[in-house]
Amino acid sequence: MSKINSRDQQSGESKSDSRRDFLKQSAVLTGAVLTPSIALKAAEAQWDEKLAEALEKIPLKLEVNGVSKSLMVEPRVTLLDLLREQLNLTGTKKGCDYGQCGACTVHVNGTRVLSCLTLAVMQDGRKVTTIEGLAEGDQLHPMQEAFLKHDGFQCGYCTPGQIMSAIACIREGHADSEEEIREYMSGNICRCGAYPNIVNAIVEVKKGGKKV
Amino acid sequence: MKFFDKVIGDPMNRVDGKLKVTGAARYSAEYQLPNLSYGVVVSSTIAKGRIRSIDSRAALRAPGVIAVISHENAIKVPGWADNEHPTEPPTGGRPLRAFYNNRVYSNGQPIAIVVADTYERARHAAMLVKAEYEEEKHETNFEKNKGKAVVPAVVKKNPKSGLADYERGKADAYKTASVRLEAEYVHPSEVHNPMELQAITAYWEADDKLIVYDKVQGTKPTQQAFANEWKIPVQNVRVISEFVGGAFGNGLHNWPHETAAIIAAKMVKRPVKVMLTREQMFFMVGYRPYTWQKIGIGADKDGRLTGIYHEAIGQTSSYEEFTESTLQQSKMMYTSPNIGTKYRLLPLDVSTPIWMRGPGEATGAFALESAIDELAFALNIDPVQLRLMNHTDTDPEKNLPWSTKYLKECIQVGAEKIGWSKRSLKPGGVRSGEWLVGYGMGVGTFGAHRGAAAVRAKLLANGSVVFQSAVTDIGPGTGTAMVQIASEHLGISPEKITFQLGNSDFPQAPNQGGSATVATVGSAVVATCQAMKERLLEMAPSADKRFANLKLEDVTFDKAHLSITRSPSVKVAYTELLKKQNLTELDVLQDSKPSQEASKYSRYSFSVHFAEVHVHPMTGQVRVKKVVSCADAGTIVNKKTAANQMIGGVTGGIGMALQEDAVMDHRFGRYVTKDLADYHVPVHADVPPVEVYFVDKPDYIVDPMGTKGLGEIAIIGVAPAITNAIFNATGKRIRELPVTPDKLI
Ligand code: FES
Ligand code: FES
Repeated sequence: MSKINSRDQQSGESKSDSRRDFLKQSAVLTGAVLTPSIALKAAEAQWDEKLAEALEKIPLKLEVNGVSKSLMVEPRVTLLDLLREQLNLTGTKKGCDYGQCGACTVHVNGTRVLSCLTLAVMQDGRKVTTIEGLAEGDQLHPMQEAFLKHDGFQCGYCTPGQIMSAIACIREGHADSEEEIREYMSGNICRCGAYPNIVNAIVEVKKGGKKV
Repeated sequence: MKFFDKVIGDPMNRVDGKLKVTGAARYSAEYQLPNLSYGVVVSSTIAKGRIRSIDSRAALRAPGVIAVISHENAIKVPGWADNEHPTEPPTGGRPLRAFYNNRVYSNGQPIAIVVADTYERARHAAMLVKAEYEEEKHETNFEKNKGKAVVPAVVKKNPKSGLADYERGKADAYKTASVRLEAEYVHPSEVHNPMELQAITAYWEADDKLIVYDKVQGTKPTQQAFANEWKIPVQNVRVISEFVGGAFGNGLHNWPHETAAIIAAKMVKRPVKVMLTREQMFFMVGYRPYTWQKIGIGADKDGRLTGIYHEAIGQTSSYEEFTESTLQQSKMMYTSPNIGTKYRLLPLDVSTPIWMRGPGEATGAFALESAIDELAFALNIDPVQLRLMNHTDTDPEKNLPWSTKYLKECIQVGAEKIGWSKRSLKPGGVRSGEWLVGYGMGVGTFGAHRGAAAVRAKLLANGSVVFQSAVTDIGPGTGTAMVQIASEHLGISPEKITFQLGNSDFPQAPNQGGSATVATVGSAVVATCQAMKERLLEMAPSADKRFANLKLEDVTFDKAHLSITRSPSVKVAYTELLKKQNLTELDVLQDSKPSQEASKYSRYSFSVHFAEVHVHPMTGQVRVKKVVSCADAGTIVNKKTAANQMIGGVTGGIGMALQEDAVMDHRFGRYVTKDLADYHVPVHADVPPVEVYFVDKPDYIVDPMGTKGLGEIAIIGVAPAITNAIFNATGKRIRELPVTPDKLI
């Protein structure tokens, strides 16, 4: 066991090392002809870091909740982490990071997407709606109202994902019966177990017939 | 004294609901502090041994990395220097000390933390940390080691402990009963897996001043624990847990990743945020322990119980002793004159378990309530009948009257609502198309606990009142219930009341756990309202002399006014009194603790769960079609949130009965089910409509609102209701949870 592990860990290292070494050493220190003292200064000022960072980031244009954003992000940043850590939109939750719980559900161009399984840079030019973008000022979205009324949550952590999925569930035409709702909402786990209340909220919004 | 008859019991929407449905509620990992850095915990890949070396060179070379911290370079936690572990663990033994030395006690144990300026960089660098181990042989297999179970240390210390061997009459009397049976039951390890991953953001404001935004169930106990660890004054530690994304017990203990983050924050001199991965949630923050049980039960031919013997062995870690009340229900639920219980622990090379909703009681109820069902079948008596026949009218264990007990009413209502009359005594007697239909029931009980707490209230000049308590709300709707209690007892409408919680700066409150929050903190709210009313009455003569020399009983407090009850036209607004006295606010702090009177009674909440299941005979698939749950939990403060809590417990019970199973690969001492794809929890499609009924009769022995706890009885007894229904459908008695389809075909 420990052997397997150390092999895994080593292979991870060697790949990354060569990439880092290329960026940090060849690009800055050897690529440019520098005297030792300048090289030292460069190291102190972390020019290598800054250059590497600039090279590693990719421009990204997104419309988030109706606001256009021009960003520079690393390709490995997920849409979820971009929202939570860089855009301070923490309403979208991380419940697993593996696409297994639905807590991170957002809408991209109007359809539901698991933001933890979505690289931010692949969404260039798209429209992202998060839980923070549903209400119009003080006017809650009908689904938010219905969750409040039917107590479709307890701790509230799965709730943004449930609400985003619930809206999509109606839009997709998958909310015609309680049975169907349960099936098409099963990607959104609620460990507190507010499921029946969530289903009631969706039924009510669907019956209300308002555009969601 | 009821002023707002409708406020208590009113299914009011949650006071924090809007924050939750708009994404504005902030959980522990969601505070953007300036200069924030990110910590990623590196876990051990062996179950037992020593770390020979940690090679962090590659990680340190990776971009953005600020530090790699392990036992090799971690600063010493001062509280650990002269004491093995300064905190009083809620369990026994000694909690794991992060990075204290090179010992590995369980697979997945934190062995290092990588801190970087972004999350991605920290995560990447964490993969570059290499550990070399001196591996030792580990033991993680419960079944293989069952013979090595020991008497818990708490029992050795205190032979009167509730966990000590218990005998009333003769423990083995069941062996000579005219109808008797013996059976073994196995409950696998289950993991709490709240939706919010365990997270902490730690920041040292000064060398001796710590702030943590931490996912815990108690801000005060956590504050004390960290003050002890770091040897700093308790008021120098601030714990903030304004929203907790579920916990189910795993926030009742401070875990090594918390101290790891605090050590890191101290070393890098920046705020450090750590969020565990879902996989780490299986290894680092407790679980419901694997438990083996044996029951012997006997009755006379008419169904009168003559003996119950119940034995349990629970798993614990090698370094810390975790115990729970697995056998409690067997001691007091039924009338048998002969009862024996025996509780043992099996230390293994695993991490420490922790209470998981309806903790040991839910595990124990699975065995006891299954055995009752088995006995009913052997006697050819309806299980409802058997339970009613052997109902205890007083507590046979403590020899005390119950404070209140309405279990019979619960059973009657539940049986009617599930349609029990459709049930056939003979298994397999009811069908629906291809499906076999079965009905089952299970009873649950849990102590109606109440602790001590204090609450502050500030009446402001604009007529609003702000209450404060350090208590957390992990989901039941504590703030909402407290607003309703305050509204009723202060005569102010709920919209005018704010209840602030989840901050150790606020007055004392214990952990949110053991179904005791409403009784504990609610009582303090009542006491604070009382004190505030006294102050208002003292001030009242300044506005109207007719209030002079009146007692509280003479005055009505309603709609934010005091009036003389016998001449209601004599009336003054609370705010008027503030004005008269030139006060900008009226600040009252009051504490409250259980009464002496209460100890003359045995205090429990009760529940009964009825399930209708359909089982497909070819595939073994089980569908829970309907659940009816009835609770005797005293006054129900908010019917909407209370029903939701019951539904949540039922959902947990469905998981326990049919799905949840933390499977370990004993070659490595590591779970193979370590994410939500492999560790199954109930999803929408698994949970049918759940009908909830409350007796809603007050128990004023427990507390002045008449409440008894609800959170635990919501799950206790659910799993056996389902497995008993499966037996009724199929004739197959499965004594090892979860009942997966393979066990039915
Ligand atoms: S966090 Fe994306 S599915 Fe769980
Ligand atoms: S409300 Fe807590 S997980 Fe759904």
